[in-house]
Amino acid sequence: MSTNTDATPYCEDVVKKFVLAATFWGVVGFLAGDFIAWQLAFPILNLDLEWTTFGRLRPVHTSAVIFAFGGNILFSTSLYCVQRTCRASLFGGRGFGTFIFWNFQIFIVVAALTYVLGFSQGQEYAEPEWWLDLWLTVIWVCYLLAFAGTIMKRKEPHIYVANWFFFAMILTVAMLHLGNNIAVPAALFGGSWMKSYNLFGGVQNAMTQWWYGHNAVGFFLTAGFLGIMYYFVPKRAERPVYSYRLSIVHFWALIFLYIWAGPHHLHYTALPDWAQTLGMTFSVMLWMPSWGGMINGLMTLSGAWDKLRTDPVMRFLVSSVAFYGMSTFEGPMMSVKAVNSLSHYTDWTIGHVHSGALGWVAFVSFGALYYLVPKLWNRKEVYSLQLVGLHFWIATIGIVLYITAMWISGIMQGLMWRAYDNLGFLQYSFIETVEAMHPYYVIRALGGVLFVLGSLVMVYNFYKTIKGDVAAPAAQPSTAAAR
Amino acid sequence: MSVFKHHAKLETNVFFLAVGILVSVVVGGLVEVVPLFTIESTIEKVDGVRPYSPLELAGRNIYIREGCYNCHSQMIRPFKDEVERYGHYSLAAESKYDHPFQWGSKRTGPDLARVGGKYTNDWHVRHLINPRDVVPESIMPGYPHLKRSLDYSAIQADMTALSVVGVPYSKDQIANAKKDLEEQATSEDTSAAVAGRYPKAKLGSADADPKVTELDALVAYLQVLGTMVNFTTVTPEKIAR
Repeated sequence: MSTNTDATPYCEDVVKKFVLAATFWGVVGFLAGDFIAWQLAFPILNLDLEWTTFGRLRPVHTSAVIFAFGGNILFSTSLYCVQRTCRASLFGGRGFGTFIFWNFQIFIVVAALTYVLGFSQGQEYAEPEWWLDLWLTVIWVCYLLAFAGTIMKRKEPHIYVANWFFFAMILTVAMLHLGNNIAVPAALFGGSWMKSYNLFGGVQNAMTQWWYGHNAVGFFLTAGFLGIMYYFVPKRAERPVYSYRLSIVHFWALIFLYIWAGPHHLHYTALPDWAQTLGMTFSVMLWMPSWGGMINGLMTLSGAWDKLRTDPVMRFLVSSVAFYGMSTFEGPMMSVKAVNSLSHYTDWTIGHVHSGALGWVAFVSFGALYYLVPKLWNRKEVYSLQLVGLHFWIATIGIVLYITAMWISGIMQGLMWRAYDNLGFLQYSFIETVEAMHPYYVIRALGGVLFVLGSLVMVYNFYKTIKGDVAAPAAQPSTAAAR
Repeated sequence: MSVFKHHAKLETNVFFLAVGILVSVVVGGLVEVVPLFTIESTIEKVDGVRPYSPLELAGRNIYIREGCYNCHSQMIRPFKDEVERYGHYSLAAESKYDHPFQWGSKRTGPDLARVGGKYTNDWHVRHLINPRDVVPESIMPGYPHLKRSLDYSAIQADMTALSVVGVPYSKDQIANAKKDLEEQATSEDTSAAVAGRYPKAKLGSADADPKVTELDALVAYLQVLGTMVNFTTVTPEKIAR
């Protein structure tokens, strides 16, 4: 391991790699998602092949967007942020960072291959088999060392707030990953190396799975991305974070409360009522620290609101925080048992997840990427801010189509399932409710097409930026060219 | 305020910060998970729930392999419409031997917790090969590849691993696993040993193929789902939670 001194520059090579990987996996994950969305509208697209059915491809989509895209975004932004806010170069240096990078990328490819070939633990968002889990644990511990080691080398007395969030994400995800994947491999008894049985079964397995599953959202996709918000929004806005005290209060409240929210995925199931009620109560309370974060992010723009008009990168960042506020209101609402009795098992949940995943996670990621690419490759700005604006609008329209289609189809299907006719019989057979979903599945998939197109515009913009091109001056929006 | 002054200790020491984070995130999980192992009423005391037969277990592993849980739940909620559509609401006891649980989170297709016995083997086989042959509006993928032979060479290892995590397979059941599997998949003889070891197991080949196929296994699993508990003998007090 290299020992870095004051004079050593930040290790940016590793950050660059993660930025490129995030961009690549983003497009792959969005494409996979849109393909399976079309499968639901037109089942012939399952192709009657075992490797291309919805059941095998859906984990490819979820893992690609959450862990491959989201993971690479978190690696890149956290390792960029921690070096600068600590005024220290990466612990372990370029070699260690590159080791983490390639292990993570190869892990992703191997995990995706195992899904397609039919190897799965059968638990959502925790599909990789036991030896993949062990490999990921090694990668994650290395990441923890690189991150915490950099903090320990810091020249700043205080650890910056963004790093609290990244640190909480790293520690908690480690705990969740280990807790939810305790399994006995069949290989121990002469069976397959690709098969294991979870230590927990039935109701206990359900609870640990959603303790994990909900906090994959809460820590991987929320705490980590709040870290991104706390670094990149103030940097891009060139304003300090709105409230230091609010950040303290909402940080501790958020990480304490989030862990309790898992049982809201199990309302009215065979999970005991006391656990369901706890889950609901804490989910509703979670609304407050969530909005604390939103307020801190949005109010950071105090005195700089004009940037929303003039800077499309800022527009991505601010809209992401607005989407965060929206989905963290919708979530607690859906966790109320009476609402959940309608929404559970329907597309409403899918819509909710995507307003958070596309609107919050992806948009804050795009904002951070548009900030990072010119910085890392020493360009003044991205190739074309106008194309950033185009990406923003295409993607926003895509999200609106997606979530409105899912609201309608979800609520409609929930109501159809419980509808009775005048004679007291169930009014609709199940297949009638499936048929009714068709137009909304088409609209959702079209929204997905727009989202993919937007990401391709971003790829082109990055390609030109890294190449060193600058769009013709006329194409640069002036401050007067407000939309 | 003094609280904020003290906070400086946490934000200037990475070790204190780590301890603070870990303490905060451990509490909720402990409170919600640990009592599920200690409170006795968590899993209802009802008769009839048994470990899966070797053929059913092989079928269940195909169910997991194909990711059926992405679109089908196995958890009927205690609502009038669900009970009328699917049957008695699901008990925790009914999935107590499920490692992993397959309650699911989405019903793109219907709930399967009590699909056992609702359709014939022949319907299941045709439906799995091409769902639109029997339900024209279905959006489920076809699974023609399930016509291939079932590989059950490691079925005893699977049962042994399950017994390690708490599924009460007897030595007798593990020792006879392959024989039981073949017997269940080929013979409809109700005096066969497999029928004694695994009450209510659906006997006989599901498809016309004399080989043991993946279809045989998956259909045997689907046909036992939700049928183990005899609800005519279950009193409300027994399943109160």
